[in-house]
Amino acid sequence: MQLVLEKRAERSNAIALVSPLIAIGLTIVTMTILFAILGKNPLLALQAYFIAPLTDGYSLQEIAVKATPLVMIAIGLSLCYLANAWNIGAEGQFLIGAVAGSWIAVKTQGTDAGAWVLPAMLLLGAIGGALYALIPAICKVKFGASEILTSLMLVYVADLFLDYLVRGPWRDPHGFNFPTTAEFDPVATVPVLIEGGRLHLGSIIALLVVAAAAVLLGRTIKGFEIRVVGAAPRAARFGGFNANQLIILTFAVSGALAGLAGIIEVAGPIGHLQPGISPGYGFTAIIVAFLGRLNPIGILIAGLFLALTFIGGEQAQIAMKIPLDVTKVFQGILLFYVLACDSLILYRFRLVFPNRQVTRGTG
Amino acid sequence: MRKTLLALATGLLLAGSVSAASAADKLKVGFIYLGPIGDLGWTYQHDQGRLALEKELGDKIETTYLENVPEGPDAERAIEQLVRAGNKLIFTTSFGYMDPTLKVAKKYPNVHFEHATGYKRDKNMSTYSSKWYQGRYIQGLIAAKMSKTGVLGYIGSFPIPEVVSGINATILAAQTINPNIKVKIIWANTWFDPGKEADAAKALVDQGADVIMQHTDSPAAMQIAAERGKLAFGQDSEMIKFGPKAQLTSILDTWGPYYIARVKAELDGTWKSEDTWGGLDSHMFAMAPYTNMPDDVKKMAEDAQAAITAGKLHPFKCPVVGQDGKEVECKGGDHLDDGQILGMNFYVKGIDDKIPGK
Repeated sequence: MQLVLEKRAERSNAIALVSPLIAIGLTIVTMTILFAILGKNPLLALQAYFIAPLTDGYSLQEIAVKATPLVMIAIGLSLCYLANAWNIGAEGQFLIGAVAGSWIAVKTQGTDAGAWVLPAMLLLGAIGGALYALIPAICKVKFGASEILTSLMLVYVADLFLDYLVRGPWRDPHGFNFPTTAEFDPVATVPVLIEGGRLHLGSIIALLVVAAAAVLLGRTIKGFEIRVVGAAPRAARFGGFNANQLIILTFAVSGALAGLAGIIEVAGPIGHLQPGISPGYGFTAIIVAFLGRLNPIGILIAGLFLALTFIGGEQAQIAMKIPLDVTKVFQGILLFYVLACDSLILYRFRLVFPNRQVTRGTG
Repeated sequence: MRKTLLALATGLLLAGSVSAASAADKLKVGFIYLGPIGDLGWTYQHDQGRLALEKELGDKIETTYLENVPEGPDAERAIEQLVRAGNKLIFTTSFGYMDPTLKVAKKYPNVHFEHATGYKRDKNMSTYSSKWYQGRYIQGLIAAKMSKTGVLGYIGSFPIPEVVSGINATILAAQTINPNIKVKIIWANTWFDPGKEADAAKALVDQGADVIMQHTDSPAAMQIAAERGKLAFGQDSEMIKFGPKAQLTSILDTWGPYYIARVKAELDGTWKSEDTWGGLDSHMFAMAPYTNMPDDVKKMAEDAQAAITAGKLHPFKCPVVGQDGKEVECKGGDHLDDGQILGMNFYVKGIDDKIPGK
């Protein structure tokens, strides 16, 4: 007897809609048991996780701030993945974008440079990320090198390059030799939207990116091309679509978005360049892209949702004195159920009984 | 069934709100930790300080901590979360929290902040740190006596002044015993990553080092030294159980007394912004028992410790000669002054290496 996973003949739209709800329900049940074992009040814990962050303006802002880079990067990655191009190195493109944009901030430090500084930084950040993403794309197209490996390995190169800059040439001369640039001038800083809060212009840009991606994929020939090349490469070839060109394009766009996210993060919430500017945004965004089913609106929701679990996790640590590991287990269980429920929309389990006669014949 | 559940739920919620009310009159003290409290090094010692605080003043205060907070964009939010949860005195326990702490401090002038190992202060933000280079000096003496190969292995975390001054203090001490002492330095570029730390220790042993010292936070290097039959110094915390035959001594961070003093000041209303840089004399850190060494070495170490504590011996006593062979300006009378040590960005003569990024 054997358990196999087989593709369903047709998928139910109703189930597709309620599947995330089922996942959340299962998570709540599991975590209730876990909290009870730990001797914590499950209702209060769940309240700290899901409800408290949504009930005050400060936490809502923080959720938006946390989700901004995740959504922006994940949108770019979704274009790659839809076109069957596997960009795993968004983290590196994020860092190079941050470095490229910071170059202007560092060079104009203390010079009354004017209002052009920030737009130029954002532009250069996007260009830097795009150029960095083109390295694995071109290696793939010209030499057939696996873009999964090359893009991933370039992350470490970017990390060390950033490290070199802030320890060497770009180090704050008044900073006791600590590895960081000086704080950026106000003209080189992403403006805050609400006085006293941290919500910044980058969140608006992220929303525009989501809208642009939705239009691109839903209403343009290029978007159609991306989806066809990914879903049916042979048909795409017959249709005259050039898969290689598309790899270059989607890598460049996703690199540009990651780079833009990088410079926004540095010129916004952080305010200077330093090592460790990303707590793994480029990798977490891969999860966001798939959690959002590679759909722009889905990615927006997934990004906000993941941000909620981060903020809620902290609040649970503070309010309930729940250890960090438990909040991580919580995130893990949630992702597990979401992905498992999604799989069960498309697939189903079936018990397969081996044919007795065959067994006898071979035995 | 549904009614029971409902009753249960209400009961639970009520129970929660009652305990919240009784906690309201207590002073809330918050901590931000870099690593997990189970790192058995840096963060573990800070948490031991917090527990000492609870033990001493538990009826007047309530402590909360956030662990594993990265030194990036998330730090500011984590600190602000503690403020919003009602904490009135907040300790941020790693160098990388400096700017985030300052930002939050400016936003909440009525909350007091204490930042470990940084140099930026404000009227509601203090800094505190220890003169660990004093302990490093003692370790340097021991290392030079105990090394048979004359090669020391040093695992650096980040090439910031605190770490560089530790390396220099070690070598200056070692040179007084063995003028030809060599040191191999590997930068792990992390405070806490047991895998990387272990790899660094292995590489150092392979390069001929027989005494391993570290400025990273986990006992991984101690375990490698024990495995390979070499000697090592612990870091931050007592690590003898990871190398019963390997540990010579360890610099123990003892934050408890400082935390208790600062919280008492907060309770009395006498807290004010200060810059505390304590050494062996102020008990900001201590040396673990001197083990796995002959009695004469042990005596030498104890004598040096007593001399430093009494202020008779300064690790950076002039003349200090840099790698370029030139004497370093002596700003503190007969030793380098605090500013020169806090901003140290050069190696002393005899270190055959260069500081990364320089």
